[in-house]
Amino acid sequence: MSNKVIYAIYNDDDILMDAVKKTRAAHHHIEEVFTPFPVHGLDKAMGIAPTRLAICAFIYGLCGLSFGTWMMNYIMIQDWPQDIGGKPSFSYIDNMPAFVPIMFEETVFFAAHLMVITFYMRSKLWPFKVAENPDVRTTDDHFLMEVAVNNNEKELVSFFEETGAVEVKVIEKH
Amino acid sequence: MYTFSSKLKTFSFILMILGILGIGYGFLTAPKNIEEVEKILAADSHGEHHSASNSESIAHGENTHETSHESIEEAESKAVVETKVALDSTKTDSTKVHEEAVVETVSKTAHKELKVVSAEEAQKEHEEHLEHVLHQLQNKPWAAFYVACIFFMLVSLGVLAFYAIQQVAQAGWSPVLFRVMQGITAYLPVGSVIFFVFLILCGLHLNHLFIWLDPEMVAHDKIIQNKAGYLNFPFWIIRAAIFLIGWNLYRYFSRKNCLAQDESNDNSFYKKNFNISAMFLVFFIVTESIMSWDWIMSIDPHWFSTLFGWYVFASFFVSGITTICMVTLYLKSKGYLENVNTSHIHDIAKFMFGISVFWTYLWFSQFMLIWYANIPEEVTYFVTRIEMYNLPFFGAVVMNFVFPILILINTDFKRITWVLVMAGTVILLGHYIDFFNMIMPSSVGDQWFIGVSEISSVLFFLGLFIYVVFSALTKVPLLPKRNPYIEESKHFHY
Repeated sequence: MSNKVIYAIYNDDDILMDAVKKTRAAHHHIEEVFTPFPVHGLDKAMGIAPTRLAICAFIYGLCGLSFGTWMMNYIMIQDWPQDIGGKPSFSYIDNMPAFVPIMFEETVFFAAHLMVITFYMRSKLWPFKVAENPDVRTTDDHFLMEVAVNNNEKELVSFFEETGAVEVKVIEKH
Repeated sequence: MYTFSSKLKTFSFILMILGILGIGYGFLTAPKNIEEVEKILAADSHGEHHSASNSESIAHGENTHETSHESIEEAESKAVVETKVALDSTKTDSTKVHEEAVVETVSKTAHKELKVVSAEEAQKEHEEHLEHVLHQLQNKPWAAFYVACIFFMLVSLGVLAFYAIQQVAQAGWSPVLFRVMQGITAYLPVGSVIFFVFLILCGLHLNHLFIWLDPEMVAHDKIIQNKAGYLNFPFWIIRAAIFLIGWNLYRYFSRKNCLAQDESNDNSFYKKNFNISAMFLVFFIVTESIMSWDWIMSIDPHWFSTLFGWYVFASFFVSGITTICMVTLYLKSKGYLENVNTSHIHDIAKFMFGISVFWTYLWFSQFMLIWYANIPEEVTYFVTRIEMYNLPFFGAVVMNFVFPILILINTDFKRITWVLVMAGTVILLGHYIDFFNMIMPSSVGDQWFIGVSEISSVLFFLGLFIYVVFSALTKVPLLPKRNPYIEESKHFHY
């Protein structure tokens, strides 16, 4: 079974945006768009669901806050409540102000790092990952839209040629 | 053009009238002499006398205050009881060999205590205590008025500072809101006059808010004497005049230039405004710092803190931004701000959020540094607040930090009107409490209460604020015409 896709290549982000809107209007399924830089509004035009990364970060931050609180409480209050310079170690709240810098930093640390790691995992990015670049020019100055072909090759090619593509290629994908 | 709705106008008048009545009531019911104070205290302390006396005396840092309050008979009977208890415990605890010696020492110390609290001294201390409470109670309506007066004036000053920053930063989003900000700052001249008159009344010794203004007080106080080169009435009032005139001049000319820019053919007035805004910001940050020492920190003339100016600034700056947000939302709900979209509101909400956190950062930095080092001459400031103002002191942190950070962190919430009105109300109330916490403890001490005086002062100034601000908004169109950034601002989208 053939697994053909169309690569419509553009050299301007405005034209790309128009093409994306037209393609969506014509109900062709956009597999992927490759751009050399973030195109403002592209995700909205493609109808991509908003990211939930911020929600993750908030939860990670809460985890960090809890960890910081637990750690300081265990070490400074429960395990060995020593009198250090007259600071009250009878209960957590007694000595709380001294722990706030740590609690804050733990919150930021957890939120930032775990969110970044989440991003890498969700975007499938890691050091020895093989680049999935369909055309090297898309990292420099060209924009590429990939659309699946379903027995309507001719129609699709002429459709994309009309949207201002500088190049339309039909590729057999493996 | 905006038309002041008659409903809102009536509402503001009602607030002002209610406020004036309440303020008058507060002044009339303040005790005039020691006898009245005695009655009030007797009514207050009935029942819970003993438990209250300990904590209060610690809070005052003067351990004779409350204990002397009790009559001699009481002290005597107490001492006898204590001795008996001590006798009992020593009998059971100690060995028989030591028994007698221990009993002797215990009874000796008991006798000593009785001698110290002799009848005359107790009477004198009692009167001193009453005098102290009398001053606090007499201060109450004054302090309540002062807190509300300075709060509303500083809110409009905060808006003015925000406005100047927007001008200098050449912000592309905010020009559609400039007229709203100018409308809010219209309160500044009115508030300044009332405030200045109040300072003069303080100088005329009509109240004891600023104890360093009382020459009798200063005569017995070496610490204040050493500060007299700075804390003296003529210098203080001249400084106040310079600050208030400076801020008002900027407000006047900035608004004038903004209106002139509407009618001109080039951008010269815009550039003029840019320049005076930059100069104002320099003037502002210097005067704001000094202002906070003069008008708020000098209520505690024995205490000082270096980041106090910033702390006060953050407090009224975030209140000012919140006020812009609330007024904008109100005008928009009435259909007067067609060019203001949810992205503008979103931006203001982000400022509310960010500056709330900034305030907390300063609050905590000030508190934690003093708490950690625990130097007696500095830490009394927080000891009095935590002992006597526990709920307002920590409640302010909850209202100004915990609540906004949980509500305004969500992007979608920053665009919802009712969420912002709710968050804004809590932030404004929280910062009123913040000013309350800064001013009350040293003026009324443990006699504080959010009662008729406090609430009516707020109502009066709120009514006046609404009346002045919305009257000013009716005078000019709500959209600047020829601002170089106005097109960008109209199409601002986030």
